[in-house]
Amino acid sequence: MHTDEQLRQDGVFGQTIGAATSRQRREEGAVVHVSDQVQSVTWQDEVLRVARRVRVRVLEHILSNNGGYMSQACSSAETLAALYLKIMNLGPSEAPMVPLPFPGVPGPGNKDYFTGAAYNGPRAPHLDRFYLSPAHYALVLYATLIEVGRMAPDGLAQFNQDGSSVEMIGAEHSPGMEVTTGSLAQGLSQAIGVAVARRLRGDTGRTWVYISDGEFQEGQTWEAMQFLSFYRLDTVGIYVDVNGQQCDGAMESVMPIEPLKARLEAFGARVFQVDGHDPEALAAPAALEPDGRPLVVLAYTDPCRGLDLLRRNAPKLHYLRFKSPEERQLYEAELRKMQTEEGV
Amino acid sequence: MELLKRVHAQNLVAWAKDRPEVVVLSADLTSSCEADLFRDTYPDRFYSFGLSEQNMLSVAGGMAREGLYPYVHTFAVFIYRRAYDQIAMSVAYPNLPVRMIGFLPGILTPGGATHQAIEDIAVMRALPNMSILETGDATDVESVLDVAQAVDGPVYVRMLRGEIPRLFNAREPMQFNRARVLSRGTDIALLTSGICTEEAMRATSVLRQRGVSIQHLHVSTLKPFTDPAVLEAVAGARYGVITMENHSIIGGLGTAVAEVMAEHGLGRRLVRIGIPDVFAHGASRQYLMKELGLDAAALVRKVEEMVGQPLGITEEDLTAVRLTAVHSDAKAEAL
Repeated sequence: MHTDEQLRQDGVFGQTIGAATSRQRREEGAVVHVSDQVQSVTWQDEVLRVARRVRVRVLEHILSNNGGYMSQACSSAETLAALYLKIMNLGPSEAPMVPLPFPGVPGPGNKDYFTGAAYNGPRAPHLDRFYLSPAHYALVLYATLIEVGRMAPDGLAQFNQDGSSVEMIGAEHSPGMEVTTGSLAQGLSQAIGVAVARRLRGDTGRTWVYISDGEFQEGQTWEAMQFLSFYRLDTVGIYVDVNGQQCDGAMESVMPIEPLKARLEAFGARVFQVDGHDPEALAAPAALEPDGRPLVVLAYTDPCRGLDLLRRNAPKLHYLRFKSPEERQLYEAELRKMQTEEGV
Repeated sequence: MELLKRVHAQNLVAWAKDRPEVVVLSADLTSSCEADLFRDTYPDRFYSFGLSEQNMLSVAGGMAREGLYPYVHTFAVFIYRRAYDQIAMSVAYPNLPVRMIGFLPGILTPGGATHQAIEDIAVMRALPNMSILETGDATDVESVLDVAQAVDGPVYVRMLRGEIPRLFNAREPMQFNRARVLSRGTDIALLTSGICTEEAMRATSVLRQRGVSIQHLHVSTLKPFTDPAVLEAVAGARYGVITMENHSIIGGLGTAVAEVMAEHGLGRRLVRIGIPDVFAHGASRQYLMKELGLDAAALVRKVEEMVGQPLGITEEDLTAVRLTAVHSDAKAEAL
């Protein structure tokens, strides 16, 4: 039971609900007490609500910055929301609500260096870890951290500002990040190293990795998959944003990776193909008992979900730029509509 | 001269005995990199990656973040050429204590251009946070793990394997960023590294007999490169400075010495003996050292040029110096 006072301290409903659902993992339709009045808010509703707000926040930011990674928010919002609110067993954030400035690059002389992992809570043997591999999803991650109460909205004002740790292509000092993954396909391997060390120590917490489908074009990803299978690292769970998009356009026109499920199964993975906008479908595989095989959830997503206007840009969806004042006005109008619907 | 076999294989097992945080990672060259004894002794701390260097280096970074000390074992060439971005981003940028043990550096392998790490020092030296060590004898091999382990950050090691000589007193271990002074002199400053030190020692004994006074340093730390002994040797050399390395003349020991000389305004002649900016090919160590001018005879010629007079030293003189036991039962390094 949470009091109003605790809620004020936590700042945002999302964190409280997230913490509650973490404790109530695998209980369907948890009733969450958010005030003196008892409201019945399912975690599924909460995931969808956070996802919608993430899109609003990202679009708002992109309009004020005249460009940004919009389609990534459209495709990944439910998955990241489900990870933070339901799937991952994380403790409360231990980081400042407003991110600290960039502490300088890591090195033997830099004792002030920090990673952004503290936004995902403390390190403990029983708690999970989270690794974001496609670092250009950082904006979506920051927005998600805000909507689940782990970062202040003001934190996003530092995005891509000189001297800030809230970098455009997130690095390990950026909120919610722990390793440097901007060079794609290295995130999974680094998380595997963490998971191996945790298994040696006897940790029970799991290691979650969020990767993008384009990373399956890199050989390193397949090297990592064969390692996971050989060492039966079933504590590693991988969520893939299968949005079918990459910088040059639609993946099927650049370098196809399908049939991804069959390919991954051939590599010994336990693969689930789900609707990446359905919280229930996203969370279900994570609730299964690990069986020795690495878990891969292929979240098939729509890169324009929740923002039909973006479809006009297809097949170039990787980065949204406004080509004219008229186009910008269209997006501004759309944002106002979304804000009104969301009551923000 | 004492010759020892599989020094690293045995040393690694003894050294890691009470260091449970040390793990060994291997990419299908476990016996070739003398990690087989470790694998058999501590199977729970050994990770076989197969042929996947990129994954191996990134995984090593992840392990190091969690308090493990990964000792990556494979051929030197496959570490930096196949997984450079992974080293840069998963290991060097976060300054993680991953120890990359690179075997068969330079022309130590008859495997040809694909197997010969000839620009590894150049590449790794340019990486921020990276430290670079190179072994030249059994004593270096026995003590390099202690030196590497004490470094706060990633370390790349050029390692020797198989049958190797003991050039240095076993009770005088390698020291970080400190060259070994093998002889003192005022005519020429000679800085050598790796297997070139053994080769140079054959030449210097004859050169001394001919009256050439040589300050000979064996350099085992190539980065950082701030040992004051280097500066002293250079400043005290009447004729000039010679470097000798089993590496391209670009970016390795010779370049590091040139940088120190230039930055301190020490106007001396500098001759860099090394692989002369060419790829090598598959042949024996002895053949390639002669062909590329990395052997004792090549050093003698450079000294003669530098002092401006022939010294009358023949191949026979150098062969006579060579302790026949050194390579009596040594074969060309196989894969």
